[in-house]
Amino acid sequence: MTEARLFPLNAWYAAAWSHEIKHELAARTICNKDMVLYRRSDGQVTALEDACWHRLLPLSMGHLKGDEVVCGYHGLVFNAAGRCTYMPAQKTINPSACVRAYPVSERHRLIWVWLGDPALADPDKIPDFHWNDGTEWVGEGGTFYSLKCDYRLVIDNLMDLTHETYVHAGSIGDEAITSAPFDVTHTDRTATVTRWMTNIEPPPFWAKQLNRPGEHVDRWQIIYFQAPSTVVGDVGVAVTGTGAPQGDRSQGVNGAFLAAITPETDRSCHYFWNFVRTFRTDDEQLTKDINKAHVNEGKGVYDQDHVVLEAQQLAIDKNPRLPFYNLNIDAGALWARKLIDAMLEAEHGLPTHVPSEAAE
Amino acid sequence: MSKQVEWRKGTLRSVRDLTPDIRLFEIEPEGEFVVPTPGSHINVGVQIGERADVRSYSVVGACTDGLYRIAVKRLPDSRGGSLYMWSLSPGAKLSISTPGNHFDLSLGRPEYLLLAGGIGITPIYTMALALAHAEANFRVLYACRSRQDMALAEEMRAEVADRLQMFLDEESARVDLDAEIARLAPGGELYVCGPIGMLEAAKRAWQRSGRPVDQLRFETFGNSGRFATEAFKVKIPRLGMEVEVPPNKTMLDALEASGVAMISDCRRGECGLCALYIVETTGTVDHRDVFFSDEEKAENRKLCTCVSRVAGGDITIDTADRAA
Repeated sequence: MTEARLFPLNAWYAAAWSHEIKHELAARTICNKDMVLYRRSDGQVTALEDACWHRLLPLSMGHLKGDEVVCGYHGLVFNAAGRCTYMPAQKTINPSACVRAYPVSERHRLIWVWLGDPALADPDKIPDFHWNDGTEWVGEGGTFYSLKCDYRLVIDNLMDLTHETYVHAGSIGDEAITSAPFDVTHTDRTATVTRWMTNIEPPPFWAKQLNRPGEHVDRWQIIYFQAPSTVVGDVGVAVTGTGAPQGDRSQGVNGAFLAAITPETDRSCHYFWNFVRTFRTDDEQLTKDINKAHVNEGKGVYDQDHVVLEAQQLAIDKNPRLPFYNLNIDAGALWARKLIDAMLEAEHGLPTHVPSEAAE
Repeated sequence: MSKQVEWRKGTLRSVRDLTPDIRLFEIEPEGEFVVPTPGSHINVGVQIGERADVRSYSVVGACTDGLYRIAVKRLPDSRGGSLYMWSLSPGAKLSISTPGNHFDLSLGRPEYLLLAGGIGITPIYTMALALAHAEANFRVLYACRSRQDMALAEEMRAEVADRLQMFLDEESARVDLDAEIARLAPGGELYVCGPIGMLEAAKRAWQRSGRPVDQLRFETFGNSGRFATEAFKVKIPRLGMEVEVPPNKTMLDALEASGVAMISDCRRGECGLCALYIVETTGTVDHRDVFFSDEEKAENRKLCTCVSRVAGGDITIDTADRAA
């Protein structure tokens, strides 16, 4: 109980894509808690503790009857508030028979859950992830469920894109990234890494999207972190000299990589990702191709990250020195971690409620 | 799901009498402070004569300042926990648990009706403050015997103003449960803490209203009945035993102490595991549980030994023992 937590609980975490949650039981582990999610007949989503009050069998092994969950062991029934509405072989219902119901909110095509103090679960605190709405920006996206690393390693990865040069050589990686200076700014909940690479040859991926053979480009990577674990990277290239660094991107192509990273356990996470764009938004083949460029049976750029991240976690487990050394390039990641630590401290200074049954 | 509670050492920091027989205790725990949710209780180790026992008391107020507050009513005819608590002076060392909650307050409902009877005000007071803080729509109905028994009423009035309505026996004021429930918005919830009579009346009125059963929330400590607590004798012909149940012990405790093999779990009249068959009684069975329905209690076939008692006579029961 006194063991230090690695993630704040008073935060919204993505638990699933909207389209994944139907009128059927879906199990997820979020922040070390097992929960069962389902969509009710009114379209709202419920998230209940995934352990029957009675004998702790996962409720996700049961079934839905209307909008209530029937335990697959002895038939106890729990409603969407987590309260028991039926007990076998007795005329009354034990008043303390509840499972916890977690606050849920659906926004930006994702289902978000809140594991901390339910009184603080304000949907306005959901990270700004509007790039994922599927309106102005277009992309398909996906999830690495149960990625075997501390969620903060994914944040580190995204907050420092010099890794692209080495992990993603031949697609988005480029020597220019390692030589371009960058700025890091922050607020009390956000950190932003801004890097401009001016007058360079575009790397292969961007050269293809821009389709202006022979032209040099100005390339930008503006990475925006929202504590505790959302990262949006505004990226793109524009023809050099057309004013992109000054704000005119009309002669360029603009994309954004999106990451909502959810701790699953202390050493695993769910990585909801997308790559969205504002160019050729009607081109469905391009949408598919870009998705494939990211995740494609081990050959996409995120597959490359996946390998690195899991290997890194294994190495950390084997080499328990505190925790690793930092370089100048880690400034963005260090700000991100500092903001996470501040959230943890705030929760610790004002101890979180020990959530009990049916808190909604 | 109830969180597993942990035991800690604690120190009684201060006491203050809220009424002539309700005393507020401020207890500082050692170790990490766990803030209770509304409706929570803490367990306190008590000493009943030679015997160590445990009592649960609802926490009073938000308790975000590192102190647990509990209010204990002195009940001379009870099982002895309150008398022990009243014997303590500031500085006393206690054994207490982290908060548990069997009576959780769910947020986000369209309206709440909170109903408290007597010392049952303790969790209701805490809930009222939390609902006021959340700017929820709620009313509190607080019934007690007389003006001088109104613990926490002034404190609550300061926070919730005229959302609080008092009902005093001495003024013959009665809560019209049917009317109050009818006023409650659809999807609204009723939270009740009070003596078993109030609880049963609330359950019946709720049932009459046809509202979903899970939207009536209640907590019982199983220590109040229709009759005063008195000693009685338990005869068990199968075992050839006769067991005396003194006022300060439950029937379950007395049977176990006499070597009768029993099973039990909640020990507050909810789960029904400790129930035994009634063969006959010369008195009246005072059913103090919430496990049996009204009809089952009227049939008098079984009783929950953890809370129920006999008034004005003795009882003959049968146990599950087939080895005897």
